[in-house]
Amino acid sequence: MTETLPESLRSGPAEPVYILGAGMHPWGKWGRDFTEYGVSAARAALREAGVDWRQIQFIAGADTIRNGYPGFVAGATFAQKLGWTGIPVSSSYAACASGSQALQAARAQILAGLCDVALVVGADTTPKGFFAPVGGERRTDPDWQRFHLIGATNTVYFALLARRRMDLYGATPEDFAAVKVKNSRHGAHNPNARYRKETSIEDVLASPVVSDPLRLLDICATSDGAAALVIASRAFTEKHAGSTAGIPSVRAVSCATPNYPQHLPELPDIATDSTAVVAAPERVFKDHILDVAYAESGIGPEDLSLAEVYDLSTALELDWYEHLGLCPKGEAEMLLRTGATAIGGRIPVNPSGGLACFGEAIPAQAIAQVCELNWQLRGQAGGRQVEGANVGITANQGLFGHGSSVVVAR
Amino acid sequence: MPASPDAPAELPAIDGWWSVDDSGEPHLLGARCPCCATYVFPPRERNCPNPACAADELQAVALSRRGTLWSYTENRYQPPPPYPQTDAFEPFAIAAVQLAEEGIIVLGKVVEGTLAADLKVGMEMELTTMPLYLGDDGVQHTVYAWKVAR
Repeated sequence: MTETLPESLRSGPAEPVYILGAGMHPWGKWGRDFTEYGVSAARAALREAGVDWRQIQFIAGADTIRNGYPGFVAGATFAQKLGWTGIPVSSSYAACASGSQALQAARAQILAGLCDVALVVGADTTPKGFFAPVGGERRTDPDWQRFHLIGATNTVYFALLARRRMDLYGATPEDFAAVKVKNSRHGAHNPNARYRKETSIEDVLASPVVSDPLRLLDICATSDGAAALVIASRAFTEKHAGSTAGIPSVRAVSCATPNYPQHLPELPDIATDSTAVVAAPERVFKDHILDVAYAESGIGPEDLSLAEVYDLSTALELDWYEHLGLCPKGEAEMLLRTGATAIGGRIPVNPSGGLACFGEAIPAQAIAQVCELNWQLRGQAGGRQVEGANVGITANQGLFGHGSSVVVAR
Repeated sequence: MPASPDAPAELPAIDGWWSVDDSGEPHLLGARCPCCATYVFPPRERNCPNPACAADELQAVALSRRGTLWSYTENRYQPPPPYPQTDAFEPFAIAAVQLAEEGIIVLGKVVEGTLAADLKVGMEMELTTMPLYLGDDGVQHTVYAWKVAR
């Protein structure tokens, strides 16, 4: 099949795109208009960048589907709230990967030479409790089908993966809880995190089971929050900052989709593709997301100073260790137990505190991951600083086949 | 509203996903591509998903009744609508079962009386049906489900 894979005609890796500023509105459950959070994060990013809103040449919004029309056209919504300046906009929806799609939209504009400096914004206000499909009896929609026929909530899919780790690799509920404990220690030092209290193994094990084997404290909450980035071309950065030296830059954005057959259960599908005719790929979808990011950046797992991964559940963080190539398959629990993925260890994972401490604000979360890489690489991460951080990666996946990984280096 | 005398006592909660063979055993209905022979579930009439195949018409096919347990979980809280709501929610298990011949993993509810503690990755599972909800019209709506194979 190799000869039929999409052929690259590029001569080399893409130019870096520089992060001039990052900003966030703290995560919480405030119940306010999501645009207020978005504007607050955007203004913080502009302040950090030393860029006036009126200098921005392109705005990319990450969409929220839970806040009506303004959420579907987030780019325009934020532009209007910041004050119309006549610039072009884009609005991206890719579920949990919306933020990196928005970043990619802005980056592509810069790399294509269509603009020099862009603003990327994602913000959300979330309802309480389980995420449910959008309303109406939509009997052909896989999202409706999985809820109606099976009661397959998002946590069911996380639980299927967690159970595989237990039955195949001997993972224990204590291992899963140890991920939460680690991330809570990290997040205690993050002023933007929603949960900043240290959590113990006992706390996790005493919380109620939601989808066996996952307990309430194994599963990330849904949160309000916003994140924003100001990114620019090399030429703009040199003119604006005098030099690109020491400025973190985006080296790769992976928006990969699965390869057929997508043979593992994935949200929101009730069944996988068939491996009867085309054999299952050796590299599963989550591997592929990161393979693309590594290939595009020329950076490998051995080069990483830190990783921000999507810990929708504690067990899922362990899966990501393996997909990232931090350890062989089945050995993530061992890696965790050695302390390698805690701050001070060989490869700290989720120094921000991760989703365990934030809860998920869908369109903002992938952008927030990049904000953390930016601050870590600038040495501005305070009590959660990873010493000497110079290369970071994010790992994330949006339902309906949206890969999301961003490599940032300085 | 009372059921009319000739109303069916039972209806599938979704049409065309399973049927019962002559011996009374239920099996899932999938689709198969007449060109490349790949399988699809849930069933549909069009669009082969194999990127190496441009076929547009798929054929209905009965899927294997048995498979191995790929993974499983147990819901301890009532899922939100459109899951049928009840005041008397009881935890229930969900299984992801791998059908060997078709190379497909299919998620489904597990029959009442079998919970996570009764399951183990690799077990053999078998298709059945179970009640999903009682409609306002008095009709019992059923869904396909997995049970531990005998």
